[in-house]
Amino acid sequence: MITKRIIPCLDVKDGRVVKGVNFAGLSDVSSPIELAKYYSLAGADELVFYDITASYEGRRLFTDILREVAGQIFIPLTVGGGINTVEDFDRVLKCGADKVSVNSGAIRNPSLIDEAAKRYGNQCVVISADVKRVDGVFRVFAKGGRENTGKEAICWIKECVERGAGEVVLNSIDTDGVKAGFDLPMLQAVCDAVKVPVVASGGAGSIEDFVTLFNEIPDMSAGLAASIFHFGEVRIPDLKRALKEKNIPARL
Amino acid sequence: MTAIIDYGVGNLFSLKSSFGAIGEEVVVTSDPCVLRGADRLILPGVGAFGDAAEKLRESGLDKMLLEEAEKGKPIMGICLGMQLLLERGFEYGEHKGLGMIKGDIRPISDVIPDNLPIPQIGWNYLRIRGERHPIFKYINEGDYVYFVHSYYAADCDDSVIADTEYGAYITAAVASGNVCGCQFHPEKSGDVGLKILKAFCEM
Repeated sequence: MITKRIIPCLDVKDGRVVKGVNFAGLSDVSSPIELAKYYSLAGADELVFYDITASYEGRRLFTDILREVAGQIFIPLTVGGGINTVEDFDRVLKCGADKVSVNSGAIRNPSLIDEAAKRYGNQCVVISADVKRVDGVFRVFAKGGRENTGKEAICWIKECVERGAGEVVLNSIDTDGVKAGFDLPMLQAVCDAVKVPVVASGGAGSIEDFVTLFNEIPDMSAGLAASIFHFGEVRIPDLKRALKEKNIPARL
Repeated sequence: MTAIIDYGVGNLFSLKSSFGAIGEEVVVTSDPCVLRGADRLILPGVGAFGDAAEKLRESGLDKMLLEEAEKGKPIMGICLGMQLLLERGFEYGEHKGLGMIKGDIRPISDVIPDNLPIPQIGWNYLRIRGERHPIFKYINEGDYVYFVHSYYAADCDDSVIADTEYGAYITAAVASGNVCGCQFHPEKSGDVGLKILKAFCEM
């Protein structure tokens, strides 16, 4: 049986991991390579690197880092941030990314998904959506959650999958940062609408939140989080063990 | 030396690096002379079956592969590379494969329950079939490997050396003589994957 994936997400700026990280035994807590190794050993099923730099120089540093990580860590790597063209796909895939996630770039130009899926295969294209309830309707937000696009989320995600996205990362702005659990109604709605794997993001605060996620929505493929892993509030080996104890398939 | 066949399909950076990690000399090339001189060959690949099969034929690498296989050189196909080893692929029409291993490539939707996501993306366990193949020398039954696929090898029962359960038992690896293939990505399967590559390098 396929296991539920647990995915830490690392925000990288100018070649360094941002957001404070607090681990004993790590000599350099903002080194993407050190952290990637740490998570790989801890049993992370995949890593997401999110490039939050805006400058050309920052982008170059990011791909250098990516190449170094991919040369040493042999688990799947997904890259997001600043992906606007097929050339951007090419740039990160050449450095060892396995999957590329698009968000604002696809909102601006939806055919980016078609082009990338045609060239690299559906399995390579991840649609990442930041979604928030506005007057009771799920709306897609762009620019890191700052701008309401007016697009209805379920409709948009379905369109992306039809265009060739092979996986969906759904980040609920409503639950993000609250640490009171994943947004189960929103996630269920997306799982019901598409056939490709869906990754839950936004809201995890404890091991119990992951157990609830996979118990309540058995079709959910993976759970993604950032700060709770980085701050050691949830340790991946403990999380995996807890899932297994609750008969949720996990890779230990 | 191991040679990874570069025929313009997919990104070979991680694959190349993974051989480095096990201390195995490796080259990525499309040069038939270099490929013929290598001790063993890796046929990688992501994307669609028809396009990839066409690229192999256009470059003449299909003939090279068949001849080297005939000579007894160890060959491993990975993901789409494994699928190309079989006779036919039914992805966007019907396409001819290399035919080194009997069987066809068919959509997993033919055999799995409707509620499971497609592609299968993630870590699933290996169930070793028949006599343990040399590539599994260093791993255990039940070890997890990373899969990303929507198609699988069907009608190849005699060649299945491992399968995995995704609503149904699905071919995870095949072999016939010196030719073998993995549906999963050993270069993305952590230590287990590296152990499989190491064992292949000892074939």
